[in-house]
Amino acid sequence: MKDLWSAIPRRGRVILLVAITLLLAAPMVLDRYLISIFVLIFYFAYVGQAWNLMMGFAGQLSLGHALYAGLGGYVAALLWFYFGIGPWLGVFAGVAVAATFGAVIGWLGFRFGIEGVYFALLTIAFAEFTRIAFDNMAFTGGAGGLFLLYDAQRSHEWWNLRGGPLLFYYLGLALAAAAAILTARLARSRIGFQWLAVREDQQAALALGINVFRVKMIAVLISSGMTAIGGVLIAFYYNNLFPAQAFDIGRSIEIILAPVIGGLGTIFGPIVGAFILTPLGEGLIALTVSLGVNVPGAKAVFYGLTLMAIITLRPDGVWPWLKRLLGLTETES
Amino acid sequence: MNIAIVVNVVIEGVLTGLIYGLMALGLSVIFGVVRVVNFAHGEFAVVAMYAAYLLFVNFGLDPIVSLFPIAAVFFFVGYALQTVLINRFVDRSEHEQFILLVGLAIVIVNGLLMIFGPDARPTNLPYSFDSYAIGPLFVDKARVYAAVGALVVAAALFAFFRYTSIGTAIRACADNRTGAAVVGLNIKRLYALTFGLGLACVGAAGALMVPIADASPLLSQAFTLLAFTIVIVGGLGSMAGALIGGVVIGVSEALASFFMAPSMKSMVSFALLVAVLVLRPQGLMGRRI
Repeated sequence: MKDLWSAIPRRGRVILLVAITLLLAAPMVLDRYLISIFVLIFYFAYVGQAWNLMMGFAGQLSLGHALYAGLGGYVAALLWFYFGIGPWLGVFAGVAVAATFGAVIGWLGFRFGIEGVYFALLTIAFAEFTRIAFDNMAFTGGAGGLFLLYDAQRSHEWWNLRGGPLLFYYLGLALAAAAAILTARLARSRIGFQWLAVREDQQAALALGINVFRVKMIAVLISSGMTAIGGVLIAFYYNNLFPAQAFDIGRSIEIILAPVIGGLGTIFGPIVGAFILTPLGEGLIALTVSLGVNVPGAKAVFYGLTLMAIITLRPDGVWPWLKRLLGLTETES
Repeated sequence: MNIAIVVNVVIEGVLTGLIYGLMALGLSVIFGVVRVVNFAHGEFAVVAMYAAYLLFVNFGLDPIVSLFPIAAVFFFVGYALQTVLINRFVDRSEHEQFILLVGLAIVIVNGLLMIFGPDARPTNLPYSFDSYAIGPLFVDKARVYAAVGALVVAAALFAFFRYTSIGTAIRACADNRTGAAVVGLNIKRLYALTFGLGLACVGAAGALMVPIADASPLLSQAFTLLAFTIVIVGGLGSMAGALIGGVVIGVSEALASFFMAPSMKSMVSFALLVAVLVLRPQGLMGRRI
């Protein structure tokens, strides 16, 4: 911890402390709507960080991360729904199932040399396959969805993730912070440097004696497991799950947007990206309403155009640019 | 179990698969030459469906006819898109290209949603419910017309790449970009032509899709994934592979809807995709990558 802290320049430490204090205190002045937006920001910062670990550091493009979030959410929700097993236990089952799927996909991809776009398609295929399977399974609620009962009498059971937006606010904040610290630690560890070597040049990494297969498998396992935890959080927050949403490729795209827009392969990229994109989406709703063009799709058209603009103009993401702007350039490599 | 019914299902699958194949052909041509993955492919197909629908409702144009103006317009759209936007991304990393085209896909599909709303728009051709009776078999007339149209367009594209000098130049670009640049080919212009041709394919395919499916914005993502599956199964860079992949997926979907459930038809395609990626990554018809 200490070495991570000392790696941040003085001005960065001040900004970080102020930001954390503000976020901890913010619920005192925020209304329910704003809190719900922050929950989404933390969620996307968290799962974005999980994806960033795999793509930004290990260089493996996954476009099927909704699979892991969906599996985590479904497994924990099903255990709660049928057996009353709380999510604090269910999350382990969810992580185990998601990591198993991650292991299968990783094994197939890395053992058989499926790379780049092909690997991305493999991940999409698994997510879509699972979506259709869940659509057709009766015990998961099928296409009609799975609903968790919201019982006001149990709303104090925070250990079962039964609570209001405030609980999820602090939980999401804790997860996003933990993910950032974990990523920073991993990035400075042996495996982190091995990831970078594999990302930059797999042949050279092999020649250096790095077990490329093992290194990539570790990335997939950590990333899928982490994503599953996020899935549990969001499933118990919304209290409903639909295969068409949980496993949708649209959800996978949402997961990767924050790190790509924020800055791939950086610790703060996913966080900055989430803080840009989620309010942007909400702001666009307000904008379309005030312009009187609030027809279905209007918000998403602006959203798509913004994405195209950012990726054209700031291909490295916003964070490296923001960092220079704040005068923090000597921080993280 | 009646054999005739199964044969009927297979024939329907082959006919539908040929139209799928034409759509995938566009994707294959673009990826094979420009090396950019067009993640907005299905979205373009659906735009073409709406165009064919509008041309039919307002002017009574049969999709077999309207596919020509639609393909022509799509060619210019593709040419412009490559020139203005995608050429800047050719040397960028895959995820950046992906985000750009996903952004474009989001704009297209939601633009359609704004203009036409979420309801499906059916096109009722005068011969929509006619069929040919061959012994115990009944084959949809509309499907036969559309499949023949798809074959003709695909054949024209084959001939273009095989026998014209521009086609040869584009193939040279695909084989060896540096070499092509060395002998003085204008790579950026050829890329623009290729993207235009790819979109012309998907425009024609979209128009031909109208007799067998109702236009709806919701189809686009499924079409994009479908085109990818077909191209991987058939073999990237192989033009015959795209058509054969289309037929394979068309038949497997038809059989899966018949024997399992219509909602499970794409499961079989995705299973096929995974199997091909693992066992034969170059695809059924592809050369070793």
